[in-house]
Amino acid sequence: MTIDTLVWLIPVPPVLAFFLIVLFTNRSKPLSHIIAVGAAALSWLAVLVVVTQALQIDHLGQHPIESQIPWLPTGDTWYLIGILVDPLTVGTLFFVAWTIFMIFIYSVGYQNYGQPKGDHDQPGLPPHGKTVEDQNGHKFKIPSIEPLYSRFFAFLGLFAFGMYVLVVSDNLLTLFIGWEIMGLCSYLLIGFWYAKLSARAAMIKAFITTRVGDMFLLLGIVYLYTMTGTLTFREIFTTETLHMLADTPSGFLGLSAAAVMGILIFIGVIGKSAQWPLHVWLPDAMEGPTPVSAMIHAATMVSAGVYLVIRMYPLLSAGAEHGGVTPPMMAMAVIGTFTGLFAATIAVAQNDVKRVLAYSTISQLGYMIAALGVGAYVAAAFHLINHAFFKALLFLGSGSVIHGMEHGLLHTGDDVDPQDMFNMGGLRKKMPITFWTFLIGGLALSGFPLVTAGFWSKDEILADAYTHRQWLVFGTLAFAALLTAFYTMRQITLTFLGKPRSKSAEHAVESKWTMTVPLIILSFFGITAGWVNIPETFPILGRLVPNFFHDFIAETLAEHPEAVTFNWVPLLTSVVVSLGGLYLGWMVYRRVKEGAEDPLEKPLGPVFTLLKNKYYFDELYDFLFVRPAKWLAGTFTYLWMDRTAIDGILHGLARIAYALGGIFRNWIDKPIVNGFGDAVGDVVKRLGHSFRYIQTGRVQQYMVMALVIAFGALFYYLFRFFIP
Amino acid sequence: MTPYLFVFIVTAIVTLGAALMVVTARSLIHSALWLVLALFGVGAMFVLLSAGFFAVVQVVIYIGAIAILMIFAIMLTRRVMREDGSRFNRGWWLAILMALVLLTGLVWMIQSWSGSSSTMQPLPPDVVDPIQSLGAVLVSPNGFVLPFELASILLLAALIGAIVVAWERK
Amino acid sequence: MVPLSYYLIFAALLFCIGLFGVLARRNAIVILMGIELMLNAVNINLIAFWRYRTPEIVTGMAFAVMVFAVAAAEVAVGLALFISIYRRRKTVTADEIDMLKW
Repeated sequence: MTIDTLVWLIPVPPVLAFFLIVLFTNRSKPLSHIIAVGAAALSWLAVLVVVTQALQIDHLGQHPIESQIPWLPTGDTWYLIGILVDPLTVGTLFFVAWTIFMIFIYSVGYQNYGQPKGDHDQPGLPPHGKTVEDQNGHKFKIPSIEPLYSRFFAFLGLFAFGMYVLVVSDNLLTLFIGWEIMGLCSYLLIGFWYAKLSARAAMIKAFITTRVGDMFLLLGIVYLYTMTGTLTFREIFTTETLHMLADTPSGFLGLSAAAVMGILIFIGVIGKSAQWPLHVWLPDAMEGPTPVSAMIHAATMVSAGVYLVIRMYPLLSAGAEHGGVTPPMMAMAVIGTFTGLFAATIAVAQNDVKRVLAYSTISQLGYMIAALGVGAYVAAAFHLINHAFFKALLFLGSGSVIHGMEHGLLHTGDDVDPQDMFNMGGLRKKMPITFWTFLIGGLALSGFPLVTAGFWSKDEILADAYTHRQWLVFGTLAFAALLTAFYTMRQITLTFLGKPRSKSAEHAVESKWTMTVPLIILSFFGITAGWVNIPETFPILGRLVPNFFHDFIAETLAEHPEAVTFNWVPLLTSVVVSLGGLYLGWMVYRRVKEGAEDPLEKPLGPVFTLLKNKYYFDELYDFLFVRPAKWLAGTFTYLWMDRTAIDGILHGLARIAYALGGIFRNWIDKPIVNGFGDAVGDVVKRLGHSFRYIQTGRVQQYMVMALVIAFGALFYYLFRFFIP
Repeated sequence: MTPYLFVFIVTAIVTLGAALMVVTARSLIHSALWLVLALFGVGAMFVLLSAGFFAVVQVVIYIGAIAILMIFAIMLTRRVMREDGSRFNRGWWLAILMALVLLTGLVWMIQSWSGSSSTMQPLPPDVVDPIQSLGAVLVSPNGFVLPFELASILLLAALIGAIVVAWERK
Repeated sequence: MVPLSYYLIFAALLFCIGLFGVLARRNAIVILMGIELMLNAVNINLIAFWRYRTPEIVTGMAFAVMVFAVAAAEVAVGLALFISIYRRRKTVTADEIDMLKW
């Protein structure tokens, strides 16, 4: 089997798992997860083989692994689809395969495989636990297995399929197909516990919000196809095509065609990667089970958005002279930076452990997009890969924390929200593996110098912004980094350090190996992934480890972006904000007691309320969009158009037909048609009545009649013809 | 006035008068007897027409069988013969009218036909009495043997039919 | 000499009298007598025509023979019918035999 066939086969095992589970093994929980995890393992293995092969190819950027087949007949030609493995694909495939595989293994434990069925668990609701008795006669509850276990793995398989398709495609159409499959799966999985009203609302919100973005993305794709006649990346990103697109005016706001396409595509990314203003779905998406949150918001879906803009970077930057910015890049820089700060401020005031991570994801994605906006191609790609690892680690870790809290909750019969950080505390002692891995992830997120991956990628973004003289971007991102470190340490302190603040926290238990082993593996990457891209001009360390990543990824572009030379300002800034934020977070929150309010609440006052309520954006959108939409549907189309107008027409027609029928029946059918028939019969009857008297029965009269008529006829003819 | 003509006129008047009486007599027996007289007259006519055989047959068959039969029938239905009402039915004037119309028509047709004024020619010398040739023609296959036989079958049928119809069922 | 027309007129008169009897008399037997008169008139016609027109061909006579036979048969059957009707209805008046009335 050649390497390109193997690349074609990478997306196949998860979708096969989906169909097998849905059609055949739905009832058998062990069989389902074996098939699903096996499929993820197969894809992971295939990716490792492909990556190893690809790394050995010289100048992979110019000689990527590619293969195409004709798919749609389009008149005289064929539309070709295929696979493309260039350096960017290699990097993305690497983290996608690892995170997906880890999440699949984690899900087995998260969904409580091996536990008994619950007391009154219903499909569509989270499992409630089962009451058991121990030897002393104590009754307490233990966690129970998820009723819809197989369905979960089926959907995860479909989700993995969508992501793999997106990553290995060589053209925008199949990329969009994978994009949409993931949108569907996020809908299905966010609303996995569909009996909960909040989950239902969240799944619809996620789907509709991303759909708004997808609409613009589709417009961009269509525009691109119209202008160039192709959607294959290698064909679009040729110098001639890009020049043509950059020089053609689009007639819209004086922008060139390339700029309009870029902006349209970017709007799709705003939706998918939850940037402001389409960020509202991602926090609500925490209604889904935690592996889903990890999958969607770290490993795959939101990364797909950033992957798209990185992939389309040549188009987005078309028309700019070396080092300049184009309108799409400007838009990206603005929105990315704004979102980075915006989300970080909200995260400071959130209490739910998963919500903090959700806003953190939004903020970090803003970082990546801002990086692209200032032209830091390699930095953005680097941060994408690193972020996937440590964000997945953090989400899975939070899931482990919640599991531990739920165990304590069921055990003690406590009645608190297991996800609220203010009910946790002191979990360091109860759940050590979770604590250390979470700590590593949190430090990576904060950009702890040197040893964590996050430091290298964040530092590179800041350095790029500084070097390109984007002072506003640099400053804002630096402040956001401070906030990031602050809220991360806040989270770690509240969750793991100090004393337990509720009975559930006191009785928390470390999770099973299926959940902790993925955490350990991911934390390994969280530490080491940064070391592939130590800039060569970095003091001391730069010369120890060769910077292979930069040249590798840079080759994806036709014009290799240069590595940024080392500058002390961004380095010091990032070290200061990171350490400072961490210290501040620990200081403020380390003494929070049980039942206490947030220490920031009084000092910040109304600002704190604003942050806690997410700047009231949900309420604003509800007022601006949701209510008018509901009115439109409920009153305008349903009541007025459908019931009144259309049904009115139909009822009117029915009445007319009925009346017409009545007229026809009573005025034409009955009198004329029936009357005619009756009249004929009547006339015959009357004639018969009057004529029957001829039949007297007397033969002589008959004879006389006959003779009269005979003689009459005879004489008539005689006189007519024979007498002149 | 030849004797032939004289005889003819007398016979004609007698016959016609008897016929009139047949149809207008009040009593049924009278009608029957007048019928006998009329039939005799017709027989005499046959003689005048050199058909002596027919005259004899007329007397034997018509008078001897048919008229007698009628008298029998009259005798058998005597009781009812008390006629209540007139001899004629209600439309008798129409009957007279029809008869007159027919008469007029016939007479006028006869008069306008040229051949009706031809006179009687003497019989051919080899046909003294045509009865011989009549007999021959009635049984010759080239002649009228078939109608003859059919007539006999007809009489047989009439015989049987009359018996069947008048059979008294108990 | 007697022209043919005399015989024919005589036969016509006899026929019409017979016709009158058939149509006007109420008694059935008299009707039968009328029919006999009519048949005799026909015979006279036939024989007259034979004698005056084609005395050498005896076809006319043969026809007259047939008429005789038919007349006889008809009278027999007719009288049998009258007897039968008389037995049923106790009448031979043509007016009263009107079972085929409406």
